[in-house]
This record gives sequence, C-alpha cells and structure tokens, in this order.
Amino acid sequence: MDLLDWALLLGRVAVVFAGLLVTVMLLIWMERKVIADMQTRMGPMRAGPRGVLITLADGIKLFFKEGIVPAEADRPVYLIAPVIAMLPAFLAFAVIPFGTSVTLFGREVPFQLADPSIGILWVLAMASLGVYGIVLAGWSSGSNYPLLGAVRSSAQIISYEIGMSLALVAVLMYSGSLRLSEIVEAQARVWNVIPQFPAFVVYLIAGLAETNRPPFDLPEAESELVAGFHTEYSGIRFALFYLGEYVNTVTVASVAVTLFLGGWRGPAPDVLPWVWPLLWFLAKVLAVVYGYVWVRATLPRIRFDRLMAFGWKVLIPFGLVWVLLTGAIVVLPDVYGRGPVVAGAAVVFGALVLASVAAPLLRPRPAAEVGR
Amino acid sequence: MSADQVAFLVLAPISVGAGIAMLLQRNAVHAALLLVVNLVTVGIFYLMLAAPFLFAVQIIVYAGAIMVLFLFVIMLLGVDRAEPLEEPIRFQRTAAVLLGVGILAELVTAVRAGVGFRALGPAAFAETGADTAALARALFRSYVLPFEATSVLLIVAAVAAMVLARRRPAPATAEPEGVVDAEEAAPEEVGA
Amino acid sequence: MRGMLGEYLPIALLAGLALLFAVGSLAASALLRPSRPTPAKLAPYECGIEPVRLPAGERFSVRFYLVAMLFIIFDVEVIFLFPWAVAFRELGLFGLVEMAVFLALVLVAYVYVWRGGGLDWSAEGPRPRATHERAREVVRAG
Repeated sequence: MDLLDWALLLGRVAVVFAGLLVTVMLLIWMERKVIADMQTRMGPMRAGPRGVLITLADGIKLFFKEGIVPAEADRPVYLIAPVIAMLPAFLAFAVIPFGTSVTLFGREVPFQLADPSIGILWVLAMASLGVYGIVLAGWSSGSNYPLLGAVRSSAQIISYEIGMSLALVAVLMYSGSLRLSEIVEAQARVWNVIPQFPAFVVYLIAGLAETNRPPFDLPEAESELVAGFHTEYSGIRFALFYLGEYVNTVTVASVAVTLFLGGWRGPAPDVLPWVWPLLWFLAKVLAVVYGYVWVRATLPRIRFDRLMAFGWKVLIPFGLVWVLLTGAIVVLPDVYGRGPVVAGAAVVFGALVLASVAAPLLRPRPAAEVGR
Repeated sequence: MSADQVAFLVLAPISVGAGIAMLLQRNAVHAALLLVVNLVTVGIFYLMLAAPFLFAVQIIVYAGAIMVLFLFVIMLLGVDRAEPLEEPIRFQRTAAVLLGVGILAELVTAVRAGVGFRALGPAAFAETGADTAALARALFRSYVLPFEATSVLLIVAAVAAMVLARRRPAPATAEPEGVVDAEEAAPEEVGA
Repeated sequence: MRGMLGEYLPIALLAGLALLFAVGSLAASALLRPSRPTPAKLAPYECGIEPVRLPAGERFSVRFYLVAMLFIIFDVEVIFLFPWAVAFRELGLFGLVEMAVFLALVLVAYVYVWRGGGLDWSAEGPRPRATHERAREVVRAG
C-alpha cells in the first residue's frame, strides 16, 4: 500500500461517512414533507428552499442547547450511551455495496467500504450491538420512563431480530454466500424479491421494528412513555440518538435493496458506467424508505402485547416454515426430478385449499354470530 | 509488524483490563458493560485467527443475546446499585479459588501438550477456506449428532426459563439488608 | 500491512471517523452551549409529579426475562441456520432432513413455552377480543 492507496481509502471512508450524514439530513426532510403532504399540511417551509435545510437548522439548534445530566443519572454510562447508539449504525453500512467501482488515478475504487466473507452477519452483529445504546440510555438516566422504554424497546428489538434473521437465511439459501457482493451477483438473472417475496415482507416488517419506526415505535410511545429511552436526553446528545436511528433506517433499507431488490443492478446506458448503479441503488433505497414513511402515515401504533404476540406467534413460525419450504423447493427437484415434486406440491396445495374451504363449513357456528 | 500484531498489542491489554475491571466492579451494570468490552475484543481476536464466523457468533450470541439477558435480569431484580460483599453461598470463595486454579492448571497442561493446535497458522486456514462453508461441512456432516443434541439443550433451557419465570419472588424480608436503601423507602413517602 | 484484519481496515477507519465526529461534536457543544442547571431541571422527568423511583425488586413483568431467554434459544438456532444455508446445496437432502429434525426439536421447546403462556402478554388483563365485543354490543344497544 502506497500513499495513493491510503489517500483513496481515507477518501472513500470520508465520502461514505459524509454521504450518510447528507442522506440522513435529506431523509428527515423528506419524511416530514411526505407525512405533511399525506396529512394535507405544508411541513417545514422556512429553512432553505421548501424547507430542505430544516434538519441542518434543527441540528444547529440542538448543538447550542443546554445538555442536562439528571441528578440521578449514572454519569459515565449516561454520557457514552449516545455514542454507543450511533456507532453500530454507521458500521453496519460499511459492508453494503452501493455501486460497482470507478477507476481513479489508475486504481480501482470499489463502491463498498469492505466486503468481508461474513458479509450479512456483520450487519446482524452490528444490529445486535445497537440494542446497548438504548438499554444503557434508559438505565443510566435514573428515571422511570426511560427505564420502562428501554426494557420494552430492547424486548421488541430482540424479538424481531429473529424474524429478520430467518428472512436473511432464506435469501442465503439462494445465493450460497454471506458476502454481500456475491449476493448481488447472484441476482443477475432475477431479483430475490420474486422467488423470496414472503421473506421480503418478513424482512420489511422486522426492519420497521428494528429501527423503532411506526407502527412499532413503542419505545418512544409519547402517549404513555413521554419519549421512551431518551426522555432525559437533550441537546447534542439527543441529536446523536436521532442520527443513529435514521442511519439505521438507511442501513435497513439498503440491506433490503441489496438482498432482495438486486442491489445496484438496473438497466443502464453506456455513458459513465459507474454513475448508473449508484443512482439505481439510491432510487431503490429511497423507494423502500418512502414505503416506510407511507406506513407511518397510515398505521396507528400497535399495542405492546400485540406487537410481541405478532413477533413471536406469527413472524417466527412463518419464517421457520418458509426457510424449510425454500429448502424443499431448492433440494427436492435435484433429488427426485422436477415432475414428481411439482405433482406432489400440487397435491399438497390442493389439499390445503380444499381444507381451508371445507373447515369453516364443518365448524359449528359460534354463538356470538347466531344473533346477527 | 503487521496490522494484526498492532491490533493485538492494542486490544490485548484492553481485553484483559476489561476482564479484571469487571471482577473488581461492584456496580452490576458497569460490570456487565466491561464484560461486553471483553467479549467484543475476544471476538476481534477470532477475526485475526481467520475465524470470521466465530466472530459473528461471539458478537450476535454472546454480546447481543446473552449480555442482554444479563442486563434484563439486573434491571428486573433491581440490583443495579452496589452489591453487598457477603457470600450468598457458603464456601463460595474457597470453591471459586480452587476451581480457578484447576482451570489454570488444565489450560497450562493443555497448551504445553499442544492439544488442539495444528502446524497450520491462521493464514493457512484462510487459504484452505476454513470459512463458513467449511464449518458447515464439518458441523452438518461429521458432527451431526452433537449438532442435533444441541436442540435438546435448547429445550432444557426453555423449560428452565419457564420454571424460573413462574416462581414468585421471595418476600422482601428475605432480602439481604445491604440491598435495602433509600429508593426502597420511597413508596411509603408517597403514601404519607 | 496485510493480515487477517486488512479486510476490515476501512471499517476500522469508519469507526474512528464516526467516533471522532461524535466525541468532537459532544466536546464542541459542551464548550459552546450554556450550562445553567437548577435542581428542578436535574430532577427526573415525571410530568410535574413528585419523582418516585420504581420500587426495587419486581419492577418489570417477568416476561421480559422470559423473552430474553427465548431470544437466546432462537438466536442459537438461527446461528446454526446461517452456515447451513451457505453450504445448503452441497449438503442436499441429508442437510434438509437434518435441519428439519433440529427445527422440529426446537419447535418442541417453542410449543411448550407457547402452551405455558410464555408468549402471552395480556393474560392478566381482559382479553382484547372480549373488550372489543363488549364495546360493539354497547354501541349497538345505544
């Protein structure tokens, strides 16, 4: 490695970091604008053209706000919790391939910071470290609402992490590799979203819960917990939590794009071959995030017991069944040939359809419905 | 000096230091945090030894799941302030010292005898593809029975968790006196 | 400068940069912002009510503990699924059956916990369906 390599490496890291910051800035603005539009409001309008600089203005405001450390707080933990919450969010993004590569000064510069062999497991590992920021913030505040919010939030995150992992496993069975660049490579013919649509849905739902986004924003359910785990945080410390949360949203959307939507793939003309994948990637991430914002504008927050019940009683069994089903679909034709398997599947499917039609007819009508 | 050596020289003291600090720490949450630091640094050592999958397991299962359980239990029982230093179980300290010495002796003997060490260095592992797929081949072909037996362990864990969760906690009088502090007295103040 | 960790060098640099950003902004803000603490400001936020700490001892539903324990069980299970998924085509039918047996055994634990009520969060309160039905009846009667 010579000086130029180092310079390119540092440049790459700096660009990704700055890119994430700018993306988050625009994302928050976009979310507020889209929500406002869906509620026939204007949203932020003052800072910059159509309010595009609102996040920057908010950031500057928070920067100069007094930072309160509650008297009951556990000082060291209270002070490092925002940093712990923010850091894994950035690190998870490091393995995402957001484009192909460009040749600069005769060196190939890939649009992906690192491509470790454990790829997707790196993202999962960082996601599981992200819980600490929340737990520690809630505990160290020395106050009731944050503590309740933190315990709730971490229970929610760990519950949905399993559903998310199961969705990832189903994709891996197709790609046969954990490396994210190879997962994108494996989607050259058809995007994973088509054969793996159920896994895609499971991933998106679990992603909502992982990032504490509505309708799973229980940790900050303002109607019951004030602001959840960061109730006692103010000023720049709160801003770091906020930043981490949105970087997390970007990462979750990027993983969805990489694993299910073909990553940076898309039709492109021959001019500037490195620009188009980048634009495709951004467009797809934007589409996923737009979907998340839409969900936020549409669905009310769900109750905690139902949230847990949905995660444990619906998402996890469904994910497990889907993994085994994917396995059967991939392996059985190799062993028994395509014909018998298709016939067998048709018989099972037919039996299921028949059963679902017949079952309601055979069941006695519930008493409650007789009166109607 | 390679990057690995530099990283090791930086991380090894942190790892050992966090471990020792954890033992000396009386605040349960701080101790748990220091244990997390220790687990993460050990995870990075796995990376250096060309075992990235183990790194992921270390972070996801140990740092991500087991330590979260620890923190939950600490919060659940409200032992998040300093703990009394009395022995809850008699002769616990003596037994701990004896067992510790035993493990140390075992480790020294094992390392000297070369148990589990091959002539291959980590670099050779990386080249021969000692990666996730190779691990899978070993786990799902050569070690099928231990793998299936793990599921029985998991069942036992589930049963134990249910039994523990069902039992009502002991009444407050059974608690050691050191735990009772100003915070516990607070509810009465409200009533007054 | 190559080694096992060479691959992770950019990640380490990103971690350094993010850490620098976080600590730097915290420090800069600490220098520039006002600091005028008062006892009321530093008190735990309780919407104006006299702050009371949750009693030590049984502060939370024991289900949180159960969830964390279950999470470990399923996490270990999922961790086994990852290498299996990667080498899945090689392992073929044998691998599939093997994993199906493993999952079935874990399913026993899952069903046990479910039947034991470990996954029910609303066992103490009125059942949501019942409340809903009652509300509907009230509306109809009115």
